[in-house]
Amino acid sequence: MTRTSIHGWLLLLPAAILLVAFTHYPAVATVIHSFFSTARGAREAQFIGLDNYRDMIDDPIFWQALRNNAVFCLFTIPTSIALALLMAIWVNGKIAGRGFLRLAFFTPTILPMIAVANIWLFFYTPGYGLIDQIGGLFGLGEHNWLGSRDTVLGCLIVVTVWKEAGFFMIFYLAALQQISPVLGEAAAIEGAGRWYFFRRITFPLLMPTTLFVLVNAVINSFRLIDHIVAMTKGGPDNASALLLFYIYQVGFRFWDTGYAAALTVVLLAILALSALVQFLFLEKRVHYQ
Amino acid sequence: MSPCARRRLAVGFGLETTAAWFLGLLWVLPLAYALWTAVHPSAYAAHFVPTAPLTMLNFENAWNAAPFARYFLNTFLLVGMILAAQLVLCTLAAYAFARFAFRGREIAFMLVLVQLMIMPDVLIVENYRTMSQLGILDSILAIGLPYMASAFGIFLLRQTFKQVPRELDEAARVEGAGPLTILWRVYVPLAKPVYVAFALVSVSYHWNNFLWPLIVTNSVTTRPLTVGLQVFASTDQGVDWSIITAATLMTSAPLMVAFLLFQRQFVQSFMRAGIR
Repeated sequence: MTRTSIHGWLLLLPAAILLVAFTHYPAVATVIHSFFSTARGAREAQFIGLDNYRDMIDDPIFWQALRNNAVFCLFTIPTSIALALLMAIWVNGKIAGRGFLRLAFFTPTILPMIAVANIWLFFYTPGYGLIDQIGGLFGLGEHNWLGSRDTVLGCLIVVTVWKEAGFFMIFYLAALQQISPVLGEAAAIEGAGRWYFFRRITFPLLMPTTLFVLVNAVINSFRLIDHIVAMTKGGPDNASALLLFYIYQVGFRFWDTGYAAALTVVLLAILALSALVQFLFLEKRVHYQ
Repeated sequence: MSPCARRRLAVGFGLETTAAWFLGLLWVLPLAYALWTAVHPSAYAAHFVPTAPLTMLNFENAWNAAPFARYFLNTFLLVGMILAAQLVLCTLAAYAFARFAFRGREIAFMLVLVQLMIMPDVLIVENYRTMSQLGILDSILAIGLPYMASAFGIFLLRQTFKQVPRELDEAARVEGAGPLTILWRVYVPLAKPVYVAFALVSVSYHWNNFLWPLIVTNSVTTRPLTVGLQVFASTDQGVDWSIITAATLMTSAPLMVAFLLFQRQFVQSFMRAGIR
């Protein structure tokens, strides 16, 4: 090895050790441990092959969590991205009160999710919370928003969109400021309407940002479950359990680490798949400047 | 443009402004509501009359009801420790990736990027096992360790270091400076705005982080604010929302104040961190 090579590795070493210890090793260990039973008391973990996975296929809560996660993604991601784009276009233009709007949209991003959850928990309180109070003005009765299977996931989706849209807005704002104003002037001379300009010019140019935001949104919807711990604990009846929340429950409430490992493998597979989709499929269809 | 078209445009713009303001107010509403509840006696928690008396009692009660001072200290230690470690580790690693042609560099870099997808946040079961084997469960170090080598930081700094002109590097070498001196004297000063951006993103991320600290900590001396707040809010306080919202605002206050003071830097930092 040459001297630069040794220097290079030495510089990398401290970070590499921690990365391997807390990202690569646990990812591999998850897969290995998913083939073992959970050690209980004096009984050590035994190799049980695919038993954990067999249990998983028969586990209705797993399927419920997966379904919930799919619904959660399907509603939070497009909504927050669309709102983020709208917000960015507004605060990028010459709108009255731009400073206030920017602040209003971005502030939820700075707050801890756990604080946000507490505030919204109060909002949703039956009878007493703001939502029911406003509903009361229109003659609607009390509703147990977080206690009902039909509304609980929707409530969490609203909280997530509120928290994330402003975060994504920032990335769109940054991208919008890179677009040359000459394009807008040219379009105005040609008599192109605003919608036409957005559809044919702005939106295609923002494609790389949309991809970046999309990937982030997908990861977040599988990674962030703070609000579920604080607001619903997955209830009622697992109606608001997301995959990571179920892993947390199995691993740290029921202490079934073998099964939790198998569930984590599914989560890792989903994340790896979304990475793959990003690299192989979407990158090609994105317009770069 | 004909007067008619111009009027239509003005109406459209007016409508848009109204819509933007409606959304903006909707976005502020939850916070405004929390603020209202926190600074009024609990009788007015959900009762909006302009004559309601103002009070700071809720904050006082919250502060006294749980060891928030200790939680603040824990969070400060945690955030400071993670940031310090990240700055050192990521700088060294990014320097290696940007300026040293060593064997296996491309593969090593790909392996680093894996962490952008598979974050420590989802590897809770195995990392808990590791912490338990290391015998450091329930410590601030255990909360911080998985985040210290940040792929995001390495990536960001590598991009920055690569843009530093080679001539500067070589000029320093001619004068007999070693690799670490060059890093410290040439690269680090030039990357200052990126360091600020990364620091703001990192601090706000770890100030707000919850699930992993919840899992590894189990006592007052280690819990960060987020976990302390959750413990406080979920043990039966007789659901006194005024006190809970006061505690909630209190725990987010330092970050909020910092944000209001350095709004421009915050927004620009998040932007900078997002452009790749």
